[in-house]
Amino acid sequence: MNNYNFAFFDEGSKREIRRATLKAIALPGYQVPFASREMPIARGWGTGGLQLTLSLVGKNDRLKVIDQGSDESVNAVSIKKLVIGTTGIDETDKTGEATLIQSRHRIPEAELREDQILVLQVPIPEPLREIEPSEYATKRLHADKEYSGVWLMLFEQIMAHGSVATGADHPVLVHDRYVMAPSPIPRFDNPKLDHSQALILLGAGREKKIYAVPPYTKVVSLAFEDYPFEVERMAERQCRLCGAAGVYFDELFDEKTNEKYYQCNDVSYCLQTRISLS
Amino acid sequence: MGYVAVKGGLRAIEESGKRLRYERLKGRSVITVETIKNTLRGMIDQIMSEGSLYSRDLAALAIKQAEGNAEEATFLLRAYRSTLPRKYYSQVVEPREMRVKRRISAAFKDIPGGQILGASYDYTHRLLDFGLDKENLADILKWLKEFEESPEVEERSHRTTLPKVVDFLREEGLITTVENDDTEPEDTTRKSLEFPTTRSERLQVLTRGQTGAMTALGYAAIRGYGTVHPTVGELRVGYLPVAINYPLDSSETEDDGLYIGEIQVTEVEALIPETKELVNGKKEIQFGIGYGICYGQNETKAIAMSILDNCLEKSHLDSPVHDEEFVLMHIDCVEATGFISHLKLPHYVTFQSNLDSARKTKVKDENDEQL
Repeated sequence: MNNYNFAFFDEGSKREIRRATLKAIALPGYQVPFASREMPIARGWGTGGLQLTLSLVGKNDRLKVIDQGSDESVNAVSIKKLVIGTTGIDETDKTGEATLIQSRHRIPEAELREDQILVLQVPIPEPLREIEPSEYATKRLHADKEYSGVWLMLFEQIMAHGSVATGADHPVLVHDRYVMAPSPIPRFDNPKLDHSQALILLGAGREKKIYAVPPYTKVVSLAFEDYPFEVERMAERQCRLCGAAGVYFDELFDEKTNEKYYQCNDVSYCLQTRISLS
Repeated sequence: MGYVAVKGGLRAIEESGKRLRYERLKGRSVITVETIKNTLRGMIDQIMSEGSLYSRDLAALAIKQAEGNAEEATFLLRAYRSTLPRKYYSQVVEPREMRVKRRISAAFKDIPGGQILGASYDYTHRLLDFGLDKENLADILKWLKEFEESPEVEERSHRTTLPKVVDFLREEGLITTVENDDTEPEDTTRKSLEFPTTRSERLQVLTRGQTGAMTALGYAAIRGYGTVHPTVGELRVGYLPVAINYPLDSSETEDDGLYIGEIQVTEVEALIPETKELVNGKKEIQFGIGYGICYGQNETKAIAMSILDNCLEKSHLDSPVHDEEFVLMHIDCVEATGFISHLKLPHYVTFQSNLDSARKTKVKDENDEQL
């Protein structure tokens, strides 16, 4: 890939993306429009995150990429290959060693630090999109802090199902101001956004938005007093490989015994636990 | 043990890449980029237009690399485009100065300058020509020699001499008057769309739209899900000169630009009847204009664009084709194919979360029944 600049983009493009990123950090939870570029990987496959990563990466960075918890998932590998190929920087699977972590739909189990940046890939950045298809209208709803639609949505779920029925992407309120779509991470990861030590950047390439949760920002998952926020129930489960509990699990099926079993979704966490046990 | 979340991704990707290469090479034939450039004109025009990059060489290379897959080839061009710095904006290109190769009007039979059919599929019979199977270079050269030497073929280029069809109607006062808007346009590739958009932004998004998507929406607009009934006032295919300001000259004058080459485009001006209410309550019919222009010879797309341009000027009407977000957010090839194809990515975590909610509601229902 010698015909390309360091980190793929021309420097002007990188600077432009970093400007939008700075604005996003200054306005926690606010979706900053940016001139999203076409990338060598497909729109919808993590191009928002990739553009953030490429605009930020420097020669001394160490990169980790995960897709739904796995460092070795094909798309994570493909993104990693592109960044490494155009920068020549080091990669790592270990969460603690990475300076820059790009992730699809998970926040790692190991707690992140101040000297790390987490980049999340976002398919639909607008938390109000389900209620209001028009971008023109949702932009105004945010400006007016008019969030009754999203409260009503949660209320209607309780009326219909007896509980809030959001899956991943349960909406959060950032810094008491903007309602934000958390990318979609599972509800299990929502509490990790709150007062995170690491800077969390969210990028939506196709929808051309960048937004951020700066370090130590208050992030609250939307819920009612009598129907508190609930994460996916992982409590009675245990990892078959490392014995961990209280983490997010993949649900697997043993063809021979016809039994369901569980395994840490965060593969790197699972490996680290096994190493420290042995 | 069952199927564990895709592991060993690195090797899998490498092997899959080899498979793909094998599919391209297994026929044991080489098609040169030069051959593609000289023979696949229609496809090159489509890819350049959707890829938003005017280069026949790069389009041909993309077509070769993508084995003729149009969405992949467009994608390759767009991704390459991202690595190029934007150095200059051209001076205003005036389509009146087109070196016209083809020009028709569906509104008037006799137009000053005449109808010029040029190269067109319109009146060919779509019968498979089995003779092409045995076509060889000698035949081609012989035919070319005869054609080029025949007295009817005299390479005629029309520049500036052809008046525009809409000008006659405008002189008669039949065209809806609009104020000239010479605001410096925003560049939609440098600043993402914000709604409501300006017309120049809409035209930029439309001109790089996916041909199929544009055709489908334009078709819907004239078939029943829209309120425009256009007549093609004029369709032109030809070449436009492009110039930039002298790079080191900071003066604003556009008089002496630096000529950097010409681009082939298709341009359409569609006439669309509109009712205008007069002060005394009477109604008058006049014609609005829908404008379409795109790289290469892409006539269906340019006409569809002219329809959609006019539809989006009438945003108060209640149909998806009049809704700028509906049209502009969904016609881009790279965006639409990207998001549809991302569904092939694993969704183990998110699906697990949905599953949890589904199970929870199920348990609740059973409890309710027991009560």
